[in-house]
Amino acid sequence: MAIEIEKPSSVRLSKVAISKTHGEDSPYFAGWKAYDENPYDEIHNQSGVIQMGLAENQVSFDLLEKYLEEHHEVSSWGKGAPGFRENALFQDYHGLKSFRQAMANFMEQIRGGKAKFDPDRIVLTAGATAANELLTFILADPGDALLVPTPYYPGFDRDLRWRTGVKIVPIHCNSSNNFQITPEALEAAYQSAESMDLKVRGILITNPSNPLGSTIQSSVLNDILDFAVHKNIHLVSDEIYSGSTFSPSEFVSIAEILRNRNYKDAERVHIVYSLSKDLGLPGFRVGTIYSYNDDVVTTARRMSSFTLISSQTQHLLACMLSNHEFTQNYIKTNRERLNKRYDMIIQGLKKAGIECLKGNAGLFCWMNLSPLLNEPTRQGELELWNIILNQVKLNISPGSSCHCSEPGWFRVCFANMSEQTLRVALQRIHKFMEQRKVCSVNQ
Amino acid sequence: MGLLSRKVTCNSHGQDSSYFLGWQEYEKNPYDEVKNPKGIIQMGLAENQLCFDLLESWLAKNPDAVSFKREEQSIFKELALFQDYHGLPAFKKALVDFMAEIRGNKVSFDTDHLVLTAGATSANETLMFCLAEKGDAILLPTPYYPGFDRDLKWRTGAAIVPIQCSSSNGFQITESALEAAYQEAQRKNLRVKGVLVTNPSNPLGTTMSRNELDLLVNFVTDKEIHLISDEIYSGTVFSSPAFVSIMEVLKDRKLENTQVWERVHVVYSLSKDLGLPGFRVGAIYSNDPIVVAAATKMSSFGLVSSQTQYLLSAMLSDKKFTKEYISKNHKRLQKRQNKLVSGLEKAGISCLESNAGLFCWVDMRHLLSSNTFEAEMELWKRIVYDVKLNISPGSSCHCTEPGWFRVCFANMSEDTLKLAMQRLKSFVSSITIDNQTHQDLKNMRKKNRTKWVFRLSFQSFHDREQGER
Repeated sequence: MAIEIEKPSSVRLSKVAISKTHGEDSPYFAGWKAYDENPYDEIHNQSGVIQMGLAENQVSFDLLEKYLEEHHEVSSWGKGAPGFRENALFQDYHGLKSFRQAMANFMEQIRGGKAKFDPDRIVLTAGATAANELLTFILADPGDALLVPTPYYPGFDRDLRWRTGVKIVPIHCNSSNNFQITPEALEAAYQSAESMDLKVRGILITNPSNPLGSTIQSSVLNDILDFAVHKNIHLVSDEIYSGSTFSPSEFVSIAEILRNRNYKDAERVHIVYSLSKDLGLPGFRVGTIYSYNDDVVTTARRMSSFTLISSQTQHLLACMLSNHEFTQNYIKTNRERLNKRYDMIIQGLKKAGIECLKGNAGLFCWMNLSPLLNEPTRQGELELWNIILNQVKLNISPGSSCHCSEPGWFRVCFANMSEQTLRVALQRIHKFMEQRKVCSVNQ
Repeated sequence: MGLLSRKVTCNSHGQDSSYFLGWQEYEKNPYDEVKNPKGIIQMGLAENQLCFDLLESWLAKNPDAVSFKREEQSIFKELALFQDYHGLPAFKKALVDFMAEIRGNKVSFDTDHLVLTAGATSANETLMFCLAEKGDAILLPTPYYPGFDRDLKWRTGAAIVPIQCSSSNGFQITESALEAAYQEAQRKNLRVKGVLVTNPSNPLGTTMSRNELDLLVNFVTDKEIHLISDEIYSGTVFSSPAFVSIMEVLKDRKLENTQVWERVHVVYSLSKDLGLPGFRVGAIYSNDPIVVAAATKMSSFGLVSSQTQYLLSAMLSDKKFTKEYISKNHKRLQKRQNKLVSGLEKAGISCLESNAGLFCWVDMRHLLSSNTFEAEMELWKRIVYDVKLNISPGSSCHCTEPGWFRVCFANMSEDTLKLAMQRLKSFVSSITIDNQTHQDLKNMRKKNRTKWVFRLSFQSFHDREQGER
């Protein structure tokens, strides 16, 4: 962690305050800057940069808006605001019981009833960002390590390491087997940590995966759990994209694996969930930790004091998610629409001669541009990324920002824009690929 | 099973303190005017319940603020997606204006220096992460809010060294107390990073004098350390002397653009002034751009719901409303505090003269069987179990003198307060009349106390932390 002394006053700040572990100085953020300075707009700025680096779900807002139109009272505490006082005063870190119940039900519905959730094991946090950090504080001490499969969400570098002082040791995955986690890779990561004198406290997986856009297979989940048991470490399963699996049968939650094992070894397993992706509500800050470990639940609850969900928002969502008709329809329709978007982008990329990893979930696809690299290195990837950003005017995420060990892969989001905008983006890619063909032919 | 971190097993969350235990007793037997008139009256909860009618009437007149509409247009999607840690600009503007208004517009605040956090609990911890780490210490005047032990120390690893204040001068901060605390930290091999004061004070209910504020500025300038001023009760100052913010002092002394300017940070929240602890609205205000930048990024771990930011931006932008609210809030708090003070007087109990806050700092030293914290605990237990009032013992606030208690007055109806005072009066009369019986009871309780304490330490509780302040 580099410590920069910028001016006298910063000497008196903590190491955490002046470290760069928040990760915001990476080249990846330059893409955001380019977008901010010249954002695409269907009408006002058709030559602007199209944002494809933001994993937002914008395909199902109409369903939410319709629900809110038909149920005014959930956002306004009813006429004369009878529930207002109680709601405004409610800061109990157990969270609104009705909301926890609704969350448990929602999580069960997403898993097609193949897992059951106890509302009393749900700890509420202001977003999954907070949930992941909180769990890290609880499961590891400063200087310890968590094993995380690559490629992974860039935000983990900040969420798991910054204020906690915990390190990430990568579990290297590669395209030879579709980036699946293998027992060998797990063992290699563990050994790597040991060789650096780091105490491994747990494994953190994201399932469905960000950035791969695919679910982890049942057999692999079993391998990972077995590994955790063997090494006597924790397993955190970040399942924030679970409701974004295109086909419900394809997602297997770690909760299901545990159920199949009669909950043996459950006390080392913790699940993170959020409404930011599945429900498209990142602004409302709704995250949860579900733990099978009583001590973790108790401590997480106490720690959640630093990151409680607004009771106003808990109230709204308790009502919405308790409406079975709404949630059933939402989950189904959302999946269908995401699937449709996914098909659209895959076909479009295929037409342009670009292959993607076979995906079945999430708000993005994992695109393979390695054939286009000048050199098969990180530098080559960044050069290509720059071209795509500045010439093709698409902000996509380079695999290196996700710590991918193979250069040339990019995460491309497809759910944060209209279908029309996606078409424009695909046209640009198509044109770009055509031009490259012409160039290489002429060489 | 694999071990958990040291944070799980250490006690820095502070939840085993008596402060939280009183809560548990209340939870088991809560007073209700109709359903449980003999239950425990909650007087340990610093909530402001006096002005909900004003908020409710505003809501009734402004339905768009909660129905995700701005000028008849739906902004639901915009809000649902808004997770920018810089905060909703309209809300930040409304908040800084509100903060200025509370300070009589004698100072103004810049939205670029404001960081939004999920409550002051989050703000204080975030500031600590920015300013201190293991091996560092923050000096705090006693008595102080029990939650600070958790907020400032638990996950940051920093230490608190108390600045001992005493009743001899109304618990005001003195130069010698500051110096003594600094020396004490040095003795413990801790690097002092700053001083944190709560102004108006919790649990004292008093505003800091200009003299104290000057002392603090001089001290932190001399030692080249930070000063955090937690001003979450600034809107509850109901009588003179008027509230003087640390920002006002810096401005009056023309210290803008000096080094100390960048080492002063203010914490604010809407939990007390507006009575909205559930909405989790806190803020850090700092003149150090590095602190602002770091705190902004850290706020990712505790952002304010955009739904709530929008509601409050509309409410606090309504200047007619805020003016009326601030004024009525003061009047009602003053009236209510007077009721508590006169009720206590009738019971032969005095309290520290106060002009702010949602509580009084009550002097029950004359009711102690001895000038010890054991006696304070005994008295507290009697008040909780026999008088059936949950009040906060001074020891839980790290007060150095036994016999002081924090008693809240704004979290109940006037009738309930009346009843509480009646109970207290009866209790005091019974002590005065029946001293011998009291002595017998005391001896008996001494035997039972050990068992009780043992049981409490090892029982696993249903802990509830409702509005600890």
